[in-house]
This record gives sequence, structure tokens and C-alpha cells, in this order.
Amino acid sequence: MNLRKNVATSESGFIFNPSTGDSFSANPIAAEILIQLKQGVSPSEIKKTVLNKYEVDSSQLERDWDDFLLQLRDANLLDT
Amino acid sequence: MQKLRYERPVIQKMNAGLMNKYGTRTEYEPVKHIDGVSVASLIQQYGSPVFVISEKTIRRTYQNAVRAFKTRYPKVQFAWSYKTNYINAVCKVFHQEGSWAEVVSGFEYNKALGNGVPGNKIIFNGPEKSNEEIKLAINNDSLIHIDHFDELYQLIDICDSVNKKPRVAIRVNMDTGVYPMWDRFGFNYENGSAWNALTKIVASGKMELTGLHCHIGTYMLSADAYAVAVNKLSDLAFKCKTQLNTSIQYLDLGGGFPSANTLRGAYLPASDTNPSIDDFAEAITTAILNAGFKTEELPLLILETGRALIDDAGYLLGTVLANKRLSDGRRATIMDFGVNILFTSFWYEHKISPAQDFTHHTEDMVLYGPLCMNIDMVRESINLPLLNRGDQVVVHRVGAYNMTQWMQFIQMRPHVVLIDEKGTTHLIREAEDLKYIEQLEKMPAHLSTIKL
Amino acid sequence: MSDELKPLVVAVTGLNAIDSPGPGVAVIRALRDGFPQNIRIIGLSYETLEPGIYLHDVVDKTYQIPYPAAGVEALISRLKYIHEKENIAVIIPNFDAELYNFIKLAPSLRTLGIETYLPTLEQFDARDKINLYNFGKKYDLLVPKDKVIYQVNELHACAEELGYPLVVKGKFYDAIIAYTLEQAQKAFYKLSAKWGFPIIVQQFITGTEINIAVLGDGKGNAVSVVPMRKLYITDKGKAWAGITLEDDTLIELARTFVKSTNWKGGCELEIMRTADGKPFIMEVNPRFPAWIYLTAAAGQNQPAALVKMALGENIEPYSEYEVGKIFIRYSWDHITDVSEFQKISAFGEL
Repeated sequence: MNLRKNVATSESGFIFNPSTGDSFSANPIAAEILIQLKQGVSPSEIKKTVLNKYEVDSSQLERDWDDFLLQLRDANLLDT
Repeated sequence: MQKLRYERPVIQKMNAGLMNKYGTRTEYEPVKHIDGVSVASLIQQYGSPVFVISEKTIRRTYQNAVRAFKTRYPKVQFAWSYKTNYINAVCKVFHQEGSWAEVVSGFEYNKALGNGVPGNKIIFNGPEKSNEEIKLAINNDSLIHIDHFDELYQLIDICDSVNKKPRVAIRVNMDTGVYPMWDRFGFNYENGSAWNALTKIVASGKMELTGLHCHIGTYMLSADAYAVAVNKLSDLAFKCKTQLNTSIQYLDLGGGFPSANTLRGAYLPASDTNPSIDDFAEAITTAILNAGFKTEELPLLILETGRALIDDAGYLLGTVLANKRLSDGRRATIMDFGVNILFTSFWYEHKISPAQDFTHHTEDMVLYGPLCMNIDMVRESINLPLLNRGDQVVVHRVGAYNMTQWMQFIQMRPHVVLIDEKGTTHLIREAEDLKYIEQLEKMPAHLSTIKL
Repeated sequence: MSDELKPLVVAVTGLNAIDSPGPGVAVIRALRDGFPQNIRIIGLSYETLEPGIYLHDVVDKTYQIPYPAAGVEALISRLKYIHEKENIAVIIPNFDAELYNFIKLAPSLRTLGIETYLPTLEQFDARDKINLYNFGKKYDLLVPKDKVIYQVNELHACAEELGYPLVVKGKFYDAIIAYTLEQAQKAFYKLSAKWGFPIIVQQFITGTEINIAVLGDGKGNAVSVVPMRKLYITDKGKAWAGITLEDDTLIELARTFVKSTNWKGGCELEIMRTADGKPFIMEVNPRFPAWIYLTAAAGQNQPAALVKMALGENIEPYSEYEVGKIFIRYSWDHITDVSEFQKISAFGEL
């Protein structure tokens, strides 16, 4: 699972997919995750960071993580 | 270190579509309290889902409607439409406020009697009335509204065996310029059936013709149609006076006023576009006052408004069961209430508010109910904040028809709670349980044991 | 800073200058002509790709506003926010679908210090497609006969009265010409499925299409009347090119319309002039048309006059305009960057 290399992300939550021309907006936590994914941080590391920083338990995060991946796949932002 | 408030990660496509016909509607404000009672505490005490009725709102809405009519016309009487919500505690709020009862079956009739409504303040409408029910109504001096010729002859027959003259009215249907025209109930005005029925009643000598009734439709979005109805009823009333020598004592304009719910597929929100109770009052009373009655002969105006008086007072509180993503990428949220108890979601785009704080990030989603049945969809498309399992929501304006048309299907019906004017909660209908559901079932002996 | 330096701030909707254009960009162009100095134009947009948003020499700043379907409360709270930043003097709404809300809000806007110049709700409803026939009857204006129907079996009676071909129209948009009962039925089903009920069945009138841009003062006077004949029509029925006409009967018709309705604000009369010279009013659009700049070019700047009237100025009715002025609509690919699109999408401002 990797973010497409040419996807542009920004801290303000803008995402631009140059290969499809689509733009997306991300909420702050999604933007944070995307920037780390782009930097090549592993999913388990990212999850650990989120658990430390936010008021959430790991089972909830696991479910939301899977859903987030579905959203990224749906948006064509993942390398297949 | 204090941890930050969590919100699940979402991305949203920046929409480049052309202007669409239906905009997104976000119910922006969280609703955490109803009449000062917190949603969370209501759910904690009574479970989820739960219907909540605001007594304060009922009384305020009713008093406002009475004001709208009485400041414009001297003789006005409301009759509570039982079928809209016949939980006894609700009916009694209306009766305390001075409302008569309007019923459409023997079952509802007996409910009204049970609530202490005097027989002569019950209006008995509807196409089905058994001989026994009619006799009861005659003996109680109730107002019997005749729906069809067979019923008229049924009454004439019964009169021979009962030593009392029933007070009757006929229901009249007519073209008021609205579609669909409700011509299945009552006698038609334009083709002369109504007049024919009136002459037969008077000619029989066995009944006292006291009123004229109509109910021109439901969820009427035009007040003008009521003025047309008044003119046609008034015309009949004058003919009764001049040709049948009978004075009509009341005109019953029925109900049909809308609430502020937005109909499915409507473009603008109903709270902006639907006529107000004052608009209806103005149209109806102006038409009667201009119809040509002498001041001392002005008929009593009866109104059987249901929905417009109770819808706003009802709330349904519920909880998110699950979130999922559909094959086309849309978000789906499953609630613990569905069309089984929220029947009106077939008609309305119900306003739904989260009951807790949220950020400005929202998602378009489908709202499903808990039933394992494809029809169970509460909102086809709604823009809501990111809801998690366990989050609570408030559905608005559910007071009318849900607590009568709800289905015992797959799930059982939940508690109904009344918040009184002091903010105290009262359980007014208990949630059903297995024993309640099964108490009417009978088991043939040969099926009593099974072996698997 | 002295008052003289404060710009006149006018907010305009309908920035969708696309193949079936909204009037906003044309209205702004006329305003910039009419107030060459010291005007600030605020664009109000619904969609993120309305071209006007990105034309920074046309629109100074754009704000997204909620769809009409979100209701008046959502709209007024957004407008309050914009007003705090921009201090709007006048708003000119340009979409049919949003007018209901703006008309309802006009008194509240005025208390905020924002002026509008709009018809009343009664005027707005009376000229609705569904009511057009009664409207014509009431004011003795020539309109095509029509029937408002709910059931397909009513078509037969319509045909007997109106004759074929018939125009079958949807409640909000779309019209289909039917030459037989079968075609009419097909149109009925198609349009009712798309737009709901009722369906309007209208007498077919053939002739020359003429549009008249009209500005009424709400007291029965037409401040400006400019008739235009479409020279060429796109496949969507929109004018591609048009020319100003000199014709007293058309001007008289527009004046009669304004006098009998007391119309306030801009509007467009869609006229079909039959071969024997009868001008039928086919539709009344309750706002400026997309070709409104032609009125400015011909000497009667209707948008500028409207703003002045909204601000309480007394405007003498125009009497002259240049005949034979032609507009030819052209398209132009404006270039911008994805960052601009992202900004308007995410923040609702650009």
C-alpha cells in the first residue's frame, strides 16, 4: 500500500492527483496521515503516532484506517 | 500531555459538477437538549431509539392555531384528529386545551370516550361504521358524518330501532383546483350527489341535519383551495336553508394543513415555502365572512387539523449503529431506527441533527435503518458531520402519523416519553416486549413441541 | 479615508458564463461601464467552476453561497458574513431558482444596509409558467393558450382544444413539441418523470423570436425597454447573436406589461411574433437576460440604472437606444491554476 508518487499533498489539506486531474480536501488528521504516507512512514508507525496524539482507541482507529484506505483507493490515490 | 479530539480521517473530492437541482442541506447546529432535557440523559434513561414529545410545543402550537382563527372569526372549534397521534396522553393535552375529538373508526371512538370526551363532542368520520358503533354514537349524541349512500340508508334503518334522532352531517368532496382531487370520500358536489344526499336526509325525517364537512386533501400547499371549499359548502348551506328549510349549524373544513417538514423531492425547504396557519385562517375565515351569512346565522367553524398541531412537538432520538462504505464509494450510516417506526420517512426529508459537537467536516451519506430489508432507508442523501458508532442524533418533526402508522416489523416499538411543561419526563407508552407481541398468538396443540 | 474614496460595492450572482450562460458576467460588464471608477464587484457563486470566479478583472472577489435549497436562513447567515467583510450596497441576483429566497430576504437585507431591486412575490408567482395563461387573461396580454394537467388521459382533450402540434412543458424546464397524441404522451411521461407534476400543454405558436429586456420601477413605469431579435440560436435555444430592433408595438407591449403589473426590477419578455404580426408573450423571465450588456451598448444601461434606483436615485425613463447594434457571443478559454480551484473549493472564497 503506497501513495502514488506524484500525488501532491499540503498541510492545509489540499490533495491533487496529477494523473487524474482530481482535487480533494482532507480533514486535518487525514492531511497529517497523507503527508506521513508520502514521506514513506509505515502504516504501523503512523497509527502509533495517531494513538499517542489523539483521543482514540486502537480498535476504532483500525476500522477508520481501513475505511480511509477505501477512500484513497476510490480516489485513485494508491499505487495498485 | 492532553490528547487531541479525534475525528476519523476523511478526504472529499472537490466537486467540479455543474449546478445541480438539489443542493446539499447540512443541519448545522447540534441539538443537545429538548425542552431543557439533555438528549444523552433521555437515551440513558429510556434507551435508544425513543420518541420524545414536548408538551410545551403542543400547547404553544395549539394556542397559536386557536389564536389565528379566533381573532378572525367568532365561532371556532378544533377537534383532535385521533389518527394523527392517538396516544392517550397526547390526546388529553389537546382535550385539556379545549379540543373535541375527531375519530374515523369504532376503535378510535372508544378511545375518545375512554379519554373522557363527552359523546356530543366526538365527530365520527370515516367510511366504516358498524351498526353497533352507529347505535353507540346515536345514543351518545355524537356528530355522525356520513360518507356514502349505503351508510345513509344504514342510518335510516338503524333510526327505526333507536328512539333518538341522530345528529348528522355529510362529507362533501369537490374540485378546489388542487390535485389529486380527493373524491373517494363523501359525496361529490359538482355532480349533485351531495345535494341529493342532503335532500334524502331531510326527507327521511329521521335525522337532524346539523353540518357540512369536507376534507379537501393532505399536506395542502395552497390556502386558496380552502376558500373554494368554503364557497361550495356555503352554497350547499344556503340551499339547505331556502329549499329544505334546514339551518346548517356548522361547517367542518377538516384538516390537511402541512407542517414544516420538507416533502421528498421538494426544491425549497418547507419552513420557507409552506403557508402558515395564519394564511389558512385568513383564507378560510375571509371566505365564510364573505359568503353572505347573516351575522347571527354564521355557522360554527370546525377544524380537524392534526399534522400541523403535533408534528413539531415530536422528536425521535436514535443512535448510530455502524458506518460502511458502499460499492460506489458513498458513505452509508446505519441507525437504530428505520421506516418501521419512522413511517414518514417515505414522505419527508426529515431534518436530522447530531446530538453532540462536531467539526465543520461533513460527508454526504445514505441513512439506513436497522431492518434487514431493502426498503429501510431514512434519508437517501444527507450531508452530516462525521458520525461514529454510538453517536446520537435527533430527528425533528415526527409527531404526526408515526406513533399510529408505525409497524411492529422485525423490531419492536420503543418507549414514548412526554416532557411536561416543567421539564419532567413521563413514560407515556412503554416499549413493546416479546410477551406483549405474543400475547394474542395461539398455538395449536400439534405444534406445541418441536425436535431439532 | 474620505467617503468619496469608498467604492460602490455590488454583489452579483450568475457567474456561469458557459454555453447556456447566466447573466452575471454581462451584468458586471454593464456595471463597470456605468460606474467606470470606484466600483467593487463581489461575485456570489454556487459552483466552483463558474467562470466568473476566475476572471479577476471582472470580479474583484467571489464568495460561495449556499444553494437555494438550503433555505433562507442559510443564505442570510452567509450574506451577513460576506457583508461584514465587504459592506455590500446592492445585490443583483440573476438565477430564477434563487429569486424566491432573495425576494423573501429583501426586507432583512435592507435592515443590514443592503439594497435589492426585485419584483414582489405576487409578481414573481403570477408570471410563473403554470400561471402564465391566467396572467395574460388578467392583464389582457396576448399569451398562448395552455392547459395545466396531471394525467396523461387529459392530453386528448387538450389536443382537441389547442390542436396539433402541441408544446408539452415540464414544471421547471424543458419543452417538447408533439405532433401526434403518441408523441405528446411520450413527452408527458418523460417530463413528468424528470420534473414532476403538473405538466403544461401549450398551444404551438410559430414565428420570429424576439426578446425584450425591461426595467420597471415598481410604480408602473418602464425605465428602459430594449427589444432584440435573435439572429442565430444555439441547439439549446439560446441566442448566439442578436440585434436591437426599432418597433413601437414591441415597446408599447413592454410598457403595457410594466404598467399593468407594476413590475419592479429587471425582466425579459420572450416574444413570438406570428406571421400576421401578433406578439405573443411566451415566457416572462423575472431577471436580466444573459444578453443584457447589449442594452448598455445600445445606450440604455439597465444594470447601472437598476443599481442607481436601488440606491434611491430617481432615473428618468430612457427614450432612445441605438438600433442595429449586434451582439455576437463568443467563447474564450480562460487559463488558471489548480491552486485557485482548490482555494474556492476549500474555503468558499477567491
